[in-house]
Amino acid sequence: MSGIENVSRRRFLTGGIVAAGALVLGVRYYPKLAAGGKVPHDTNADRATLHPSVYLGIVPDGTVWIVAHRSEMGTTSRTTLPLVVADELDADWKRVTIEQAIGDARYGEQNTDGSHSIRGFYTAMRVAGATARFMLIQAAARQWDVPAAECETDLHVVVHRATNRRAGYGELATAASRFPVPKQEELKLKPKSAWRYIGKGSVSYDLEALVTGKAIYGMDARMDGMVYASIERPPVLGGKVKSFDDKEPLKVAGVRQTVAIDPFQGAPAFQPLGGVAVIADNTWAAFQGRKKLNISWDNGPNETYSSDSYQKELQATSHNPCKVVRNVGDADAVFAKGGKVHEADYYVPLLAHAAMEPLVALAEFKNGKATLWAPTQNPQAVQDIVSKELGIAKEDVICHVTLLGGGFGRKSKPDYVAEAAVLSKKLARPVKVVWTREDDIKFDYYNAVASMYFKAALGTNGKPAAWLQRSVFPPIPSIFDLNAVYGDPGHLQQGWTDIPYDLPNLRVENGPAKAHVRIGWLRSVANIYHGFGIQCFTDELAHAAGRDPLDYLLDLIGQPRTIDFKGVEYPNYGASLETYPWETGRLRHVTQLVAEKSGWGKRKHAKGTGVGIAAHKSFLTYVATVVEVEVNDQGEVRIPRVDTALDAGLVVNPEATRAQFEGAAVFGTSVARSGEITATKGVINQSNFQDYPVARINEVPAQTNVYIVDSDAPPAGVGEPGVPPFIAALCNAIFAATGKRVRDLPITKLGFS
Amino acid sequence: MFDEAYPVHAFAASSAAIQLTVNGEKQSFSGEPEMPLLWYLRDILGLTGSKFGCGIGLCGACTVHVNGQATRACVTTMKDAAGKEVTTVEGLEKNGLHPLQKAWMQINVPQCGYCQVGQIMQAAALLNSKKKPTDQDIDEAMAGNICRCGTYNRIRAAIKAAAGEMS
Repeated sequence: MSGIENVSRRRFLTGGIVAAGALVLGVRYYPKLAAGGKVPHDTNADRATLHPSVYLGIVPDGTVWIVAHRSEMGTTSRTTLPLVVADELDADWKRVTIEQAIGDARYGEQNTDGSHSIRGFYTAMRVAGATARFMLIQAAARQWDVPAAECETDLHVVVHRATNRRAGYGELATAASRFPVPKQEELKLKPKSAWRYIGKGSVSYDLEALVTGKAIYGMDARMDGMVYASIERPPVLGGKVKSFDDKEPLKVAGVRQTVAIDPFQGAPAFQPLGGVAVIADNTWAAFQGRKKLNISWDNGPNETYSSDSYQKELQATSHNPCKVVRNVGDADAVFAKGGKVHEADYYVPLLAHAAMEPLVALAEFKNGKATLWAPTQNPQAVQDIVSKELGIAKEDVICHVTLLGGGFGRKSKPDYVAEAAVLSKKLARPVKVVWTREDDIKFDYYNAVASMYFKAALGTNGKPAAWLQRSVFPPIPSIFDLNAVYGDPGHLQQGWTDIPYDLPNLRVENGPAKAHVRIGWLRSVANIYHGFGIQCFTDELAHAAGRDPLDYLLDLIGQPRTIDFKGVEYPNYGASLETYPWETGRLRHVTQLVAEKSGWGKRKHAKGTGVGIAAHKSFLTYVATVVEVEVNDQGEVRIPRVDTALDAGLVVNPEATRAQFEGAAVFGTSVARSGEITATKGVINQSNFQDYPVARINEVPAQTNVYIVDSDAPPAGVGEPGVPPFIAALCNAIFAATGKRVRDLPITKLGFS
Repeated sequence: MFDEAYPVHAFAASSAAIQLTVNGEKQSFSGEPEMPLLWYLRDILGLTGSKFGCGIGLCGACTVHVNGQATRACVTTMKDAAGKEVTTVEGLEKNGLHPLQKAWMQINVPQCGYCQVGQIMQAAALLNSKKKPTDQDIDEAMAGNICRCGTYNRIRAAIKAAAGEMS
């Protein structure tokens, strides 16, 4: 079991994806009580009779209000964290009401990204629940005039067994509220044996609303007097409006006016891209009016960007020595000796998020304050950018978080919310900005295009005597700094500097690449290309050595040990290496487990069928996946079965975790089958699901079996880690079935479909 | 969180107005006849259960029933909906939950949930025409509905569970 950990000492990564649990413990108590200050937006928990933590409140009728401060995009953060509070409180889940927090630093970090909601807040949630339970026990003990140590809790009641007395949480709330909030050291957390919900999990709190259409997403937000906006943005990043003519749009019934939006200054970050907004009485009129805009653009320097030549550039860079980001032994000395060498280039194109709900935001600027309703993964980033754009204090930006129709990282970047805020200020009325699917595809923060070069000197038993890998990709920091060309440690760590193989001579390099589109994080981020490259190159080496890929993979992972990152800048996803060491034994274990469960080596594979394996750790979770494929003479790939084993430490919600890994196999199928965004002269070529297809029901794995390792290690991520090993295992299976090696995604480039 | 009293845009009924039935209630629309049904339902009637996903009939998030047929509301104009009976998720089941909605909950299908209403409306039309669909029937009927979270196998299982329940 994980002990109480002071999460505030974790590293805070600027501009990266993980800013884990910063200062959680410091904001446990309600600042209004402590300092007489005001909070921008009271919750029901704040107003409750017993309110010992920002995360919960209990009222006399026994209702427990729990504040969900993380965004809900389908991973169940909004359910699973409150479950932890309820467990430690010994509360009846049926009497819990969840309310969604606005963006507010008093909750701690809120960027629901980087698969770290549970990891970052598991302890804080337990402490919140235990604090309330402690106070309820104190109140009952005084009422009964017995020592508190003799009292305990059962479902939603405090009990004194010796005298057979019981009191409900509701009836104790008022008395409990008169006790001081205990220090964390005074609390005793429940032992694992007494857990009600942790490890057992629950379905989504919103399940019924989700199937009845009553759930409110950003797209469903509405407000009296609001107008709708659709924005024509510069087709090339950094472009500007030279001039525009709105005579025709203004003739469209329902169109009210057009408004120019300034282009961003300096690096794009989360600023609006600029362009011309068409304002109308309904969404469709805004779309229609926008089609009739006549705009003359100044495209700027990114007009020279085209994906074909860019791929060649990245590849050329990767064929020359680059910046060394990790080194073991002396790979060059081995290569200099000559002998058998195996080399390969791998490539993954730009990828778009394409969450089902296109970007949307509703803003009202009134009396110097901005109120927003948005499907955002990151409401505090909304506060930052809106306060900058409107020149108001961060506290005057109230960001309500709706449900998200998918996020996958795109909705951590609040450019679309800033657009609505800017327009609302200009128009002095509520404005809802609705992105079309075409906008969503063309103005994404894409997962980076990456070229990778691998070289191995084959030694005894086909094992690499030396291994060299170089990756070249435009880095995410380029959205904050136009001159950033090298990968930052936060993304180089993602399956690259932490290659887990036990090799005597290993050199890991990274080369420079200038970005010409906005680069961002997408479900598993740099792990997508790094996992694909390393795990497929490993499979190549296994076949070159004439060895079984599972055996070979286990041989490279080696015996259980803790990876030593001395001399490597390795942020470990914002977690300390003491609490979350990199243990190869756990990767080895999931690899063996998935091999056993999938019947690796035991099942016969007919012509045109095959299985592939891959193992990859990301977001502190160890995963191994076996994919089975059937490929017919036309190159059509069917995926009858996927087996995936994971060790994510303590798993609070196994049902939700299984769902995430099932979904990851589908997400990975989309990446491998059809994921490709390209640009010509700086303009994105794709626009909607006809040219950026995502996997449909008849294209996905027919069966995905998920095996969760029972573990008491501290909790790790589950939303993202299923994606990288799936993609590699699929491509390795295609090789096993056909003898064709996919090195360049998507698989259509090699004639598969 | 949102203003419940959101005003429904009133369009004066005229002889040129388009008449249609939505969830059993007669409606009259005298706006732009080329407006897609989806935006009429969402922006004008305030029925937001049907979702906007692609705008060109490729994702199925907007699926409603028009005269009992699963139809993409984002590419169906108001002109085309004239005189028709439209059913949205809000009108799918008058009493409680539809067997598909129950099965969806039992099998815990949704993740983000955004596409699920469209999936359920598509599946409801399938079960109206085929009481016991096979895997292949389901794949054919549901291939127009995208779920980016990847809940497809649970969707298939839920349709089968509901079919068993309904027979």
